[in-house]
Amino acid sequence: MSEKAVKTNSLGLTKKDYLGSRSTLCTGCGHDSITGHLVTSLFQSGLNPYKVAKLSGIGCSSKTPTYFLDRSHGFNSIHGRMAPLATGVKSVNPTLTALGISGDGDTASIGMGGFAHMIRRNLPIVYIIENNGVYGLTKGQFSATADLNTKMKSGEKNPFVAMDLCSLAIDLGCDFVARSFSGDAKQLVPLLDAALRHNGTAVIDVISPCITFANHDGSTKSFNAVKEHLVQLQELGFVQPQEEIQVDYEEGTTQNVELADGSHLILKKLNSREHDLKNRSRAIELLHQARDNGEILTGLFYFEQSSKSFIDVLNLPDLPLAALPESQLRLNQEQLNEMLTEFK
Amino acid sequence: MPPIKSGFYLLTLTPTNRYVVFFCIRALNSMVVPLVMSTHSFSLNVATINGSGSQSSNNVLVKSLFRMGLPVGGKNMFPSNIAGLPTWYTIRVDEKGFTSRLPHNDIVVAMNQTTFLEDQKSLKSGGCLVYNSDLKLVEELIRKDVTSYGVPFRKIVTPLSDSVKLRKLLTNMVYAGIVSQLLDIPEDVVKSVVKDMFSNKFKVVDSNLDAIDAGRTYANENFDVSSFAYKARPIPGANDNKLLIDGNSAGAMGLLQAGCTFAAWYPITPSSSLIERFESYAGKYRINSKGQKNFAVVQGEDELSSICMVIGAGWAGARAMTATSGPGLSLMAEAAGLSYFAEIPAVIWDVQRVGPSTGLPTRTMQGDLLSAYTLSHGDTRHIVLLPAHPKECFDLAPRAFDLAEQLQTLVIVLSDLDIGMNQHIVDRFEVDTTHFNRGKVLTTKDLESMESFARYKDSDGDGITYRTLPGTEHPLAAYFTRGTSHDDNAKYSENNIQYKANMNRLLKKWETAKTLVPAPEIENSSSDKLGIIYYGSTWEAMRETKALLKEDSLEVSTCRVKALPFHKDVRNFIDRHKVILVVDQNRDHQMKTILGMEFPSVCHKLVGIHQYDGLPLDAHELHQQVLAKVDLQ
Repeated sequence: MSEKAVKTNSLGLTKKDYLGSRSTLCTGCGHDSITGHLVTSLFQSGLNPYKVAKLSGIGCSSKTPTYFLDRSHGFNSIHGRMAPLATGVKSVNPTLTALGISGDGDTASIGMGGFAHMIRRNLPIVYIIENNGVYGLTKGQFSATADLNTKMKSGEKNPFVAMDLCSLAIDLGCDFVARSFSGDAKQLVPLLDAALRHNGTAVIDVISPCITFANHDGSTKSFNAVKEHLVQLQELGFVQPQEEIQVDYEEGTTQNVELADGSHLILKKLNSREHDLKNRSRAIELLHQARDNGEILTGLFYFEQSSKSFIDVLNLPDLPLAALPESQLRLNQEQLNEMLTEFK
Repeated sequence: MPPIKSGFYLLTLTPTNRYVVFFCIRALNSMVVPLVMSTHSFSLNVATINGSGSQSSNNVLVKSLFRMGLPVGGKNMFPSNIAGLPTWYTIRVDEKGFTSRLPHNDIVVAMNQTTFLEDQKSLKSGGCLVYNSDLKLVEELIRKDVTSYGVPFRKIVTPLSDSVKLRKLLTNMVYAGIVSQLLDIPEDVVKSVVKDMFSNKFKVVDSNLDAIDAGRTYANENFDVSSFAYKARPIPGANDNKLLIDGNSAGAMGLLQAGCTFAAWYPITPSSSLIERFESYAGKYRINSKGQKNFAVVQGEDELSSICMVIGAGWAGARAMTATSGPGLSLMAEAAGLSYFAEIPAVIWDVQRVGPSTGLPTRTMQGDLLSAYTLSHGDTRHIVLLPAHPKECFDLAPRAFDLAEQLQTLVIVLSDLDIGMNQHIVDRFEVDTTHFNRGKVLTTKDLESMESFARYKDSDGDGITYRTLPGTEHPLAAYFTRGTSHDDNAKYSENNIQYKANMNRLLKKWETAKTLVPAPEIENSSSDKLGIIYYGSTWEAMRETKALLKEDSLEVSTCRVKALPFHKDVRNFIDRHKVILVVDQNRDHQMKTILGMEFPSVCHKLVGIHQYDGLPLDAHELHQQVLAKVDLQ
């Protein structure tokens, strides 16, 4: 193959430049598909790998940041603490794109507090939940997103109602909430493209079947069960800022959402469900209805360009706090004396 | 009649023996002993109800004494409550300069009905009782061996304001007026303090000054002020280069001079005021020309998140810290291990309170030493700095960040409630002009001249490896940080040899740390018989205990430990002496335990002495404890 044939992005980088180490997850794991889609999105978005911070907690999903973007700094931290870790990283260096990978255990159980408060603060981050309803790394216990009555490999039924992280995120005020399926590149890649450009918390809950512990009959998150119950809310297309929008859909069936950098997300209505992306209560209603019908509804549920992210609230200097030179941080004796007058 | 021997006699006053009173008959001997011998050293205790605004009045008193040049200290004993429970404020003035807590008081200002009997019990015989005569008191219950001054506060305060709420607040300022008059604190000093205290609120200044006036006038018209047994005798200029300050305010200034740019915290007594002060100072001195903040303060959802935010910020290259107290420190344990093992700079400022559990949340203790030292599971050890007073809170702050970044690890500063929230007299602060030590950080430029970079490779042989910060634009820069075991290149490794080598390198780094931590403060006597090791806030009582031991002609060397791991001088000090007393303010002799753990071959020399009731150390009790141990040797 000649060099010319290798496709490069806006930075002149090839897709290879966005790859990482080889995955050590089980063959066929949904998480590996997500990694692949992520690489596609990062590559076509022309993101500078040096300016990405890959962050995760603990679990199978949290291992995946080693499998992409070898040129980026990464941090596989402690169980359930990716959100606060990211808060610290972003606060002192907002020039980094925070890419957070978590799982359903890492987010919905041990990390729930951090997750909720990250959303409340509207921290700019792409927060991906690789959701399989089980604790894979500890061999198959139910997680908090396991559906009611879904079966463990042993046949044991889950007695609890599942937490819906999307309706929760919407309720907490998150401005970008979507659900997708690890096997649906056509939907997930545009969602990732859009999330990377969102100035605030973007939550994407990706149903990602566990091939080893939840792929049996009776599991509501097996590949077959997911495919059978999957209902797409919209068909998605992403248009780069410089590209011309060519919509050949029937009028009234598409929504064109402009993102912060001038790019667009085109959403085509696929069924009779009416949905306004800025209607929180309707979005939650749709999710509840889908759950009651035994459907796995995917798509973009809520979107609004955030007026203020956490970084805006912090009112930070142009130079990241982490890069401020000593000269801008020192205290001089006059300032100290002024402070000390209170104690004289 | 022959002169009656001066002293105190116990009389039984009622047939039922329900109570006894002491009384002083010194007055009868006025021809033999002078009637009034005013004392210039005293301990004054104000007993009020919390939420009544007494803190301002107490501040007026303590600061006025400070401005007169007196060695003074103020200790607040407050409840974990917003309003309605008893609270006490003790002011000690001592001409020799000792300001630690005394078990008895010379003057009591009794404003609280519910604690009145207990409060007057704390008075020394011959002391002075200033009390609110509006309280429902049985006259006979008022001690007769003390001079009592009943004050009808309601009557005095009624003309001062129409507002019931304001009258309640002003009542306290009235006692400040009365006490200041009785102690001979000059009016202009008191007024200058009030004016400075309420600087921007003229109306408030006026009403408080009126209350002070009313109190002083009442005292003049109704009491024989000149016969009041205690007098504040000015020492002009003595405090010109001193400050009267709490350790949390001092620490906040320290954070500013240390270049701290990120603080994440979860509110907890007694540490909250440290961050609140930092935010307020930074809001004034860390704003750039565009009005942007050269700092960030984040109130976390809990202590777990707060420390993880700090670790994130430290990883990204900022000087980051969190402040907490015992319960928060416990919650931070897992992340502390991450900081140690993944080698990420972080600072925890623990203002200790009394545990275990919620314990006595508004009392003081050196209870977190052992847990701070080894916080987290597995083989973890942390650098611990031990400030003794507010000035060291200020001075040690830059050291804490230097050490955290030089050693790429967690540094825990152990202050406590006594240092952090009480007012101490200390030398004036000077700005530290030494440059920050940001540790081994490689930039793009550094990497350009390198062939390879391995995050955890010990190239210098000191156990400290090089790091790069996220965002560094160079193909060699990136590495993957993890709490899991890793090889030199930061890659996941379950290899036993690799794990052990890494743990041994961390131990080598620990040895390097011993050469970087502050050396202890040592005073050697000419005798090698007895040494005392102490640390932190016990400093204040130890100063006095040392003086008392000197009066006993007991030769004692002392060593104040300023940091863990122990500097080599600590071991040398132990080696030099036959017996080492170790002073702890906790039940389990935590410092002695650590000394024994680190120096097992000399642990037979160590003898622990301690106090652990939640109150600041009592120097006289400590003196007795030392004597008792010396007798036993």
